[in-house]
Amino acid sequence: MTTVDELLRLGDDALIAAQRLAEWCARGPEMEEDVALANIALDQLGAARLLLSYAGERAGTGTEDDLAFLRDDREFRNCLLVELPNGDFAVTIGKLLFLSVYQLARYDALVDSADDRLAAIAAKVRKESAYHVDHGSLWTVRLGDGTDESHRRMQSAVDELWPYTHELFEENDLRPTWLSTVEPVLAAATLTRPEDGWAPTGGRAGRHTEHLSYLLAEMQVLHRAHPGARW
Amino acid sequence: MTSQPTPAEQTPAATGRAQWPLWEVFVRARRGLSHTHAGSLHAPDAVVALRNARDVYTRRQEGVSIWVVPAAAITASSPDEKDAFFEPAADKVYRHPTFYVVPEGVAHL
Repeated sequence: MTTVDELLRLGDDALIAAQRLAEWCARGPEMEEDVALANIALDQLGAARLLLSYAGERAGTGTEDDLAFLRDDREFRNCLLVELPNGDFAVTIGKLLFLSVYQLARYDALVDSADDRLAAIAAKVRKESAYHVDHGSLWTVRLGDGTDESHRRMQSAVDELWPYTHELFEENDLRPTWLSTVEPVLAAATLTRPEDGWAPTGGRAGRHTEHLSYLLAEMQVLHRAHPGARW
Repeated sequence: MTSQPTPAEQTPAATGRAQWPLWEVFVRARRGLSHTHAGSLHAPDAVVALRNARDVYTRRQEGVSIWVVPAAAITASSPDEKDAFFEPAADKVYRHPTFYVVPEGVAHL
């Protein structure tokens, strides 16, 4: 049976990724890309709701809203990658690529889970993840193999984010699968695959970067100031 | 107070932001129907145009197939030529198949 902690890891990754991506809303580089990023954010939010609802039921800790709005940073189990700031468009795309390739591999594996409810969630959201991978790859290639400036920015984004990808594989053996998708994309984008080295960690144990508290403050303030507020 | 930029200063070249090319989007609502013009969008190339069309025009299940066409590749009739193009057809009633009687029992005509 899936552990509650595993559900929180998956659900919190999706929730925090959704909140970060939503920051692009009305700030996208083009109207079309604005819509695309908002769509992906909503996909992640949908996955988070399914996973956190299930986690809350299993643990008896309340609803999806209780988990999303009433936990403090130390109680969140998301990886550090998703809480990092959006940076420029290249960093956002790098985060999207690295996260979505990981999520797709996880959901692909979970489709066969003995936990029927989690298997059903994975089967639903893996199609969305496949599209996120497509979007992330497409832009990584265009920025990497674009102008001198876009190449410089995309390489710098990949270099900056690479250390944070190690944490994704602490509780699974999917890194070879992940690399088998990511490395060809980097090659097609004429980008240099960074060396493995520093591997910051702690997110899965609730030890986060300073960025998460600010994100949570913005995400939770309304619910905490006006408990039970409705549209 | 700073002065407003003149129109010349706001051109894509002046701001360093070239506008992406325009694409026309055609969506097939479901099998058996033909593609219908849904609108237009900007995209740097055909692959991105198709993805953008998916996000902008089919996010509420409007379609099962999408075509994107560079707007520059479409040759359109000019509104100035409307009379010469379309008006001569108005009094050619013999072009409508109405001058014969369909025999009884003929289906699918």
